[in-house]
Amino acid sequence: MGRMLNIALPKGRLGEQVYEIFERVGYGCPSILENNRKLIFENEDTGVCYFWVKPSDVAIYVERGAADLGVAGKDILLEQCPDVFELLDLGVGKCRMCVAAGKGFRDDQDRTLRVATKFPRIAADFYSGKSREIDIIKLNGSIELAPILGLSDVIVDIVETGTTLRENDLEVIECILPISARLICNKASYKFNYEQIGRLCGLVTDFIRKGQ
Amino acid sequence: MMNLRALYRRYGYAQYKMSKFEEYDLYVRNKSFLASEHIITFTDLSGRLLALKPDVTLSIVKNTKDCDETLYKYFYNENVYRISHTGHEFKERMQVGLECIGDIDLYSMSEVIMLADKSLQTISGSTSLDLSHMGFLSGLLEHLGVTEAQKGPLVRCVSEKNAPEIEKLGAQYGLGGDAVEKLMKLAALYGPFETSVPVLREISCCEKTDEALGELERVYETVRALGASGGICLDFSIVNDMNYYNGIIFQGFVDGIPTGILSGGRYDNLMRQFGKAAGAIGFAVYIDLLERFEEEKRDYDVDVLLLYDDTTDAAALARTVKELSGLYSVRACRGKPDAVKYRQLMQLKDGRLETIGPNA
Repeated sequence: MGRMLNIALPKGRLGEQVYEIFERVGYGCPSILENNRKLIFENEDTGVCYFWVKPSDVAIYVERGAADLGVAGKDILLEQCPDVFELLDLGVGKCRMCVAAGKGFRDDQDRTLRVATKFPRIAADFYSGKSREIDIIKLNGSIELAPILGLSDVIVDIVETGTTLRENDLEVIECILPISARLICNKASYKFNYEQIGRLCGLVTDFIRKGQ
Repeated sequence: MMNLRALYRRYGYAQYKMSKFEEYDLYVRNKSFLASEHIITFTDLSGRLLALKPDVTLSIVKNTKDCDETLYKYFYNENVYRISHTGHEFKERMQVGLECIGDIDLYSMSEVIMLADKSLQTISGSTSLDLSHMGFLSGLLEHLGVTEAQKGPLVRCVSEKNAPEIEKLGAQYGLGGDAVEKLMKLAALYGPFETSVPVLREISCCEKTDEALGELERVYETVRALGASGGICLDFSIVNDMNYYNGIIFQGFVDGIPTGILSGGRYDNLMRQFGKAAGAIGFAVYIDLLERFEEEKRDYDVDVLLLYDDTTDAAALARTVKELSGLYSVRACRGKPDAVKYRQLMQLKDGRLETIGPNA
């Protein structure tokens, strides 16, 4: 057996779902389920070591080699553009990146469109692809508030069920792209652990195929 | 670094020295060759716009004569000025590199790749030199009938080893199942040269890819004959700008460093941009990445911290320091500094050397 593979999982429900997949294909680590304040969980038998980090930090851990593998949403990957390999679509954490606006919104083409978002790069790429001039308003949360208060015309945000939008009288006007969790890998550690990583990827791929 | 220089000299490469500045024009015209567009510029006394060099290859290419048959072999050891990893500030980065310019044949190509491998080996015992071929991917895409607009996203997926995304794009673009499978296989391909070459042979399906494959095999054989010792792998996730690079390209990794430390390839197309007919191949080693790769962390700043005071005789102090420094590292101070970690504290008092004790 090679050395331990460090895997960065995003804190929260998505991370738990993905851990379950890893556990089902034989990369479990029982101590992770104990409710304590530990940050790092090792299983020497299977050669993996998990740790929980803030979802938006996963790509940084992987790019800089502190984690060999990590799990991050496609939204974060598109926004941060880390220099990593994107090996698998894990098929969980599915949602859509959408443009939404107040009900009955009309896009006035002669004016610069004001866009509030947590994802300035994705918004900028999307609108530059349509040659539309926009003014990006970067927010860190409660994006839905922006069009209600007239801070912005539209928002670019993740939509899972659409409930939050409906409750605030907003609706999706365009879907930018579907989002799901991806397995990413540090480029250098792939080179030195490709057999181990390949085995893990193979098992996870089979598991996902069977589940569908 | 000394080892690298000695290595390149041993194979007859001459050191190329350049000035810190170069005309800004050179970099503007070849902006996309550079890793980043950010360049430090300033105006000199006569009003010309100069730049602190972000790159060495462009200067070497510019200054190399084209008309004769000579094969120019250079290496360099220079600081370049680039934007840092986080993108917020400029950094001075040490780079060692090697360029071979002229009529490039199988041997000179193999020699450069062998030197890349040996450069990695001087850094660590566990390294990987990964080869790719620009002609293979472009030939394959062309053969599969991929349009220009579809090429970009597909190439990006290959560079991310993102096989699932290729499958999705293939369905979206209406590519045949066979084409998608070939691209997915190529993206996922990684491993030692001997074991991965058969897979590449299966993927190869037209004259251009066969040619690229043949070149890779001949070069690998010659590199081995030259005595390369490290691991040589195939990896088509290495993709460089086609306006500058053609043919074989490669990247080097050292176990323990999270990013590639060596990068290079055949850049005949860059030569064409300068209106030169010759071919060229070279690579650069990013020495600054080694900073965090020291074999062991040092626990002490100095072995002996030697204290003395106003009454100490300078000649006696000099004698003591000379004696001690033969065996240990010594730092002589008048008062005890706060932030120095030492192994042993000593004091020179009334002409006698007293040991006070280890670091508390």
